[in-house]
Amino acid sequence: MNAVTRSIAYIVLAPILGGLLAGLDRIITARMQGRYGPPVLQPFYDVLKLFEKENLMVNRFHGYYLVCYLAFLIASGALFFFGEDLLMVIFVFILADIFLVVAAYSTNSPYSFIGATRELLQMLAAEPMLLISAVSLYMVTGSFEVAGIAGSGKILILYLPGVFLGLVYVLTIKLRKSPFDLSTSHHAHQELVKGLTTEFAGPSLALVEIAHWYETVLLLGIVYLFFSFNPAVGVAAALLTYFAEILIDNTNARFKWQLTLKSAWLATVALGGVNLIVMYFIFVR
Amino acid sequence: MFHYDGSSCNGCDIEVLACLTPMYDIERFGVINTGNPKHSDILLITGFVNTQNAEVVKSLYRQMPDPKVVIAVGICAATGNFFRECYNALGGVNTVIPVDVYVPGCAARPEAIIDGVIRAAGMLEEKRNMLKDRK
Repeated sequence: MNAVTRSIAYIVLAPILGGLLAGLDRIITARMQGRYGPPVLQPFYDVLKLFEKENLMVNRFHGYYLVCYLAFLIASGALFFFGEDLLMVIFVFILADIFLVVAAYSTNSPYSFIGATRELLQMLAAEPMLLISAVSLYMVTGSFEVAGIAGSGKILILYLPGVFLGLVYVLTIKLRKSPFDLSTSHHAHQELVKGLTTEFAGPSLALVEIAHWYETVLLLGIVYLFFSFNPAVGVAAALLTYFAEILIDNTNARFKWQLTLKSAWLATVALGGVNLIVMYFIFVR
Repeated sequence: MFHYDGSSCNGCDIEVLACLTPMYDIERFGVINTGNPKHSDILLITGFVNTQNAEVVKSLYRQMPDPKVVIAVGICAATGNFFRECYNALGGVNTVIPVDVYVPGCAARPEAIIDGVIRAAGMLEEKRNMLKDRK
């Protein structure tokens, strides 16, 4: 499959795959709690329903910000599957997130305002680890290009176990799963109602949901890179990582932002940083 | 679904919460209890409406995007029951906002509440089609 078909496949198939993952997530979560759970296709029903609902616009801008959020997320994922520069992918990904934060700030609701502030804190906690993973993948494979990393044929997880664990740690933050669902949680039963997304209704909310599906697939794509020596192992590892995220989500209470920031940076330094230093001695010296 | 407790004695509220437990698990129909009116299609109200919460009920109703359905759970929400003569009571929920589904009972059984929610979801479909026709 060449790069162009891969990016087009991502743009078309990622929401389907992400939606299915979200549906499986809801069923597995329900089973873990002793419940039966909704049908697998429930997330698709929900989003289709949201598109048929009235779009309550708080102001003229927030709809456009959310469209930008979705567009940049798709762009970063498409760049990733095109085999482009991993750093570029991460920067576009961050830019997309910034649009979500700006959209939440623009609504002037106290709930989304605090949710947006917490989202910024979460980004502050997670981004260093994402950048360290890109740099350490470069150290081992000698390439920042996703195509180069995936095509290196090296068993990257053996070189970078620490970086991988650190990445899984911040993945929980990026997927906004408990204990790091500070900015917006899966259910609106918290002190911030639904945090970041409180003021988005109908089609606006549907855009956020679809963007989340793209986001999930992109992040699991980065997980896949560590196991890219064998596609089957890679896909299995990505799915297993997602299952681990669901397990963590269901067994942990939410952290305060101080603990989130400290623990994420500690994981970054202890797992990512140390692994990076070891790689330096192996490859550069 | 959005649950608002009017002036209920809490009996119906506990039955509503029972619907979320593993025993009844209303999420198997895809229904989630949310705390945000802007994300909900169904407004579920327990208890009668009094002079103080009338404005709250109206405000919640206004904040929900169309199409939307209101369920009055329990006899108090339906008619005001024996509280209707109280100095502060306005009566059932239908004295302030239009109600689509009435779930009788004191307290309403979880099975009855789930049945009411499923009927409400059906009405939601009808209302959606009506909105489309109007356009």
